[in-house]
Order: sequence, then C-alpha cells, then structure tokens
Amino acid sequence: MLKYLVKRVLWMIPLLIGISLISFFIMHLAPGDITNNEAAFNPKASEESRQKLRELYNLDKPVIVQYGLWLKRMGTLDFGNSFASHQKPVFWQTTDKDGNVTKGMIQEALPITLMINILGLIITLSLAIPLGIIAARKYTQWQDKSITLFNFIGFSIPGFWLSLLLMYWLGVMNNWLPISGLHSINYESLDTWAKIKDSISHLILPVIIPSVTGLAGITLFVKNGMLDVFHQDYITTARAKGLSEHKVVYTHALRNALLPLITIVGLSIPGLIGGSVIAETIFAIPGMGKLFFDSVLMRDFPVIMGILTIGSTLTLIGNLLADLAYAWADPRVRRGVVRN
Amino acid sequence: MNKALFKKALSNPLAMVGFIIIVSVFILAMLAPFISPYDPNDIDVKAILLAPSWQHWMGTDGLGRDVLSRMLHGGRISLLVGLVAVGIATAIGIVLGAISGYYRGWVDTLIMRLVDVMLSIPSFFLILAVIAFLTPSIWNIMIVIGLTSWMGVTRLVRAEFLSLSGREFVLASRTLGAKDARLIFTHLLPNSLTPIIVSAVLGVAGAVLMESGLSFLGLGVQAPQASWGNILTDGKEYIQFAWWLSLFPGLAILITVLGYNLLGEGLRDALDPRSNNK
Repeated sequence: MLKYLVKRVLWMIPLLIGISLISFFIMHLAPGDITNNEAAFNPKASEESRQKLRELYNLDKPVIVQYGLWLKRMGTLDFGNSFASHQKPVFWQTTDKDGNVTKGMIQEALPITLMINILGLIITLSLAIPLGIIAARKYTQWQDKSITLFNFIGFSIPGFWLSLLLMYWLGVMNNWLPISGLHSINYESLDTWAKIKDSISHLILPVIIPSVTGLAGITLFVKNGMLDVFHQDYITTARAKGLSEHKVVYTHALRNALLPLITIVGLSIPGLIGGSVIAETIFAIPGMGKLFFDSVLMRDFPVIMGILTIGSTLTLIGNLLADLAYAWADPRVRRGVVRN
Repeated sequence: MNKALFKKALSNPLAMVGFIIIVSVFILAMLAPFISPYDPNDIDVKAILLAPSWQHWMGTDGLGRDVLSRMLHGGRISLLVGLVAVGIATAIGIVLGAISGYYRGWVDTLIMRLVDVMLSIPSFFLILAVIAFLTPSIWNIMIVIGLTSWMGVTRLVRAEFLSLSGREFVLASRTLGAKDARLIFTHLLPNSLTPIIVSAVLGVAGAVLMESGLSFLGLGVQAPQASWGNILTDGKEYIQFAWWLSLFPGLAILITVLGYNLLGEGLRDALDPRSNNK
C-alpha cells in the first residue's frame, strides 16, 4: 500500500508541471504585454500596480526565465497580491510588520465552495444510489423508464436556468427562501438558533441545484453498474444457494457495483469546481467560482492564475484520494493483484 | 456509417425522437429570417416587457424587442456554436488519438499525459481564463470550447485504434505491405467511426450548454446579437416582472440539448452490438 501511495504521489508531479505550463501559456495568450491589456480593460489599474505586475511575473526577463521564476513561486504557494481588491494576498493570509493579518482571497472563498459541493455531493449520492438500484432491479419496467426519462432531462437541463426558475418560484413568487448571499443583512444580530436557520435557508438553493443536475449521471452509473454485476456468476451462485433477493442485492451486488463510483466521484471534481462559477454568480455566494468570475471581469491576473492552479491541484488531490479510497476498498488493488 | 446502420439507428425510438427534435430546431433556425414576426433587434419603447399575447407570442424584453424573433435568430447562433466547437474538438481528437493509438511509444505517452493535464484543469475555469485574455466573440467561443473539449475523443480514438490494430483484417493488410496512411484511412478510422459519431453528437449537447452558460454570464455571444444564453441574462434581470424572458430561452436550450442527448444515446444503443443483449 505504501509503495502504491508513493508511486501515486510522484505521478502527480509531471501533471502539476503540465498544469503550470498551460496556465503560463494562457497568460501569454494576451496580445502584447498583459499589463497593456489589463490597463485597457481595467481603468482601476494604476501605473504602480502595473509595475508590480511586471515585477510579479518578471515580464522584462526572457520567457523561459519568467516561467522558471513563476514555477518557483508556485512551489512556495506564493501567488502574489490582487490588483483589484486592494492588494489582498491571493492565496493565504499575510501578516504585516504591525501584526495585522490580511486574509487570503482563496483562503476565504475555498471553504465555502467546498462546503457547498460536499453537501451537494452527499445529497446527490443519497438519492442517486437508491434510484440507480431501483432502475436496475426494475429494468425495462415503468420505474426504470421514468428514472431514465428523469435522467435525460437532468443531463439536458441548464443548471442556471433551473436556478432561475426555482429562484422565481421559491424566492420571488412565494418568498419562501432568500435568493442571494450566504446570510441575511441582520445576521449578526440573530441568536445562535436563528443564525443556523438563516444559514440553512440561504444554502438550500445553491446546494440543491448542482445536486439535481449531477444526479442524472450518477444514477445512470449506479444502474449500469448494478446491471453488469447482476450478470456475474457469483450473483447467480448467491441466488442458486437460496439467498433472499434483499441479501443478493444489498450485500452481494451493491458493494461491487458501488466500487467504481469512488472513481466517478473523484473524476467529477473538476466539473463541480468549474460548475460553481454559474451557481455562485447567480446566488451571490462568495466562493471560488464567483471570485474567479469577478477576477475575470476585472482582469485581475494574479487571482485568475492562482485559482486556476489551486483548482487544478485540488482536482489532482481529489483524484488521488479517490484512487486511495479505491485501493483501500478493493482488496485486489490493495494487494497489488491487479493494477488500478 | 453505411445505410443499413443508419436505418438501424433510426429504428431506435430514442434516436428517432432526438432526430426529429434536432431537425425541427434546425429548420426553425434556418427559416428564422423568413418566419420571424419582427426584426430581432428592433427596439420599440412603446412595447417594453409585454407579456405573451397574439402580437408577441413570447412577449417582449426590456427594450421592447420581440422575444420570439430573438429566440429564432438566437437559435442559429447556439446551433452553429455547438456544431463548430464539436467539429474542432473532434478533429483534434481524431488526429491526436490516431497518432497516439497507431504509433504508440513516447508520442502516445506524451499525448496521454497532455490529456491527463487538460482533464485536471476545471474546464469552465480554463475557458473563462482564456476568454479573459481574448475578446469575447462567437468565433472565440467556438474555438475555445473546441480547444478545451477534445480529450474524450482522443482517448476514444486511441482505444479503438489499439483494439483494432490487433484484429486480423488489419494484420492481414499490414502483412500485404499496406502503408501507414492506407492502414489508418481505409481500415482503422472507418471502423472507429461509430463511437466517434456518438461522442460527437453527445458533445454538441455539452457545447450548446457551455455556450449558453457563457453567454448567460456575459462572456459569450455579445449584445445586440441574440443567443438563448444572453436572453436569459435579461431574464434574470427582470425575473420579478417578466417570467417569459426566463422561461422560453431555457426551454429552447433544454429541448435542443435533450434532442442531441436522445439522438446520441439512441445511436449508441442501436449501434453498439453489446447493448443489444443486455
């Protein structure tokens, strides 16, 4: 297991280098010097901050040196400071000489996005697994057909449109749920219980919408996994020796059908992180997606580069965790009998 | 894909429904200049935010423009972006996948690592970042979506090439002295076409969703040019007064994407020999 872990972690290094190359390449897509481009789009940029940008990316040096220096700073997780938000540090908090701590932008935004996505994932899985099992057990019957229809709509519905409809129905027409932000304006004056209620009501829509759109894929995956497993010899054996249908489905089939789900959840991470842009923008949630979108509009390069790198690194870590969980759950991989 | 396969594909009810949806949407979009009741960009200050009526079947927007006319014209953009973006992605995917699967060795390793790297960058972030450095326009959108969505096709083509390379008809042709180009273009590629077509059809669904999302955020098709996504942006603006601005463009996206998904999945079912005996 340890050997597998080491190999798997070393494996991430070339990928990280590739990610850094692509991020670096994108930054150089801008015609001319990015400071010109930034100045053209963002009138807030002063000559001073432009100079800072040139220093930050060493734009006066040859490209290869620029890349080397950028890579070195990335290695120390130093992504510089934002231009658009009063020189806030991009990634993590810094302390100035008077001992004042300035929180990093990603540091503040990341936990919010992670929380929303993890909650969403829990909801998705707790609905998708039972639905997938039903669809597989009642294959080609009406239950399966309705779930399939639901899946097709889930695959096809634009998440932002669903958000607008629910916002209109639940927020505007009936006034049941707040439609923007994480807290109400009077949040600070509420008691603990009311604070919790306030937070939950603000989270319902942003959490539910990505879960509904993600539900279709996972349900289909569970269904196909179960159908494949049902055809395996050990299921026939289990049935032949007279086990109850319940036992066959839930103890023999389900465990094996769910195993690949670990990988799928790992692979869905970049989609979840990327998808947070639209959801967070619609509901005014101050997470990574909204931060990224705002930075794109402001041409705030250090933040864009920082989020691109951190978002990709998170994906790699997510995939790593998924692979480790898989290895842990599947004795064949754990003992090195088959390669993952 | 030969005629018999095509017939078989359309005998699948899912594929048939999808096909009918897509064809109808295309006809409506093509006929847009002739059947639109109004000029899509005609501003009418006396008809601002009118609810659907006999004069304006889908109401009017914040500038008094007829929503139905904008929807029909916007459809042309959404369909075009979907097709061109997927065309670019499929072309890149076929070339890289074919090189990877045919020549193997270090080229294969290099291309596959590039695929891994591209897949680990959240694609929506990647697209937004690229657009941040370019000016948003319909051509840039198509190119950027195409350049960030070729990885699936590459893997698919590579896998097909790898499995076909070991088949007898390919070995026979090679033994008879066929050159690389002949093997690739007359044996390997034609036999990989079915999964490529399925993945392209499903890819269009994704690209239409992506374009509408970008336009919704204001980074895609720019006003005054209409697209389903940017009509929805107005919809969000006026959500408290004008439900029709949100409802119709979203429905159009849903129906179109659903059509492509049904067609793609139906084709997969019909053309995949394994799925017939499930």
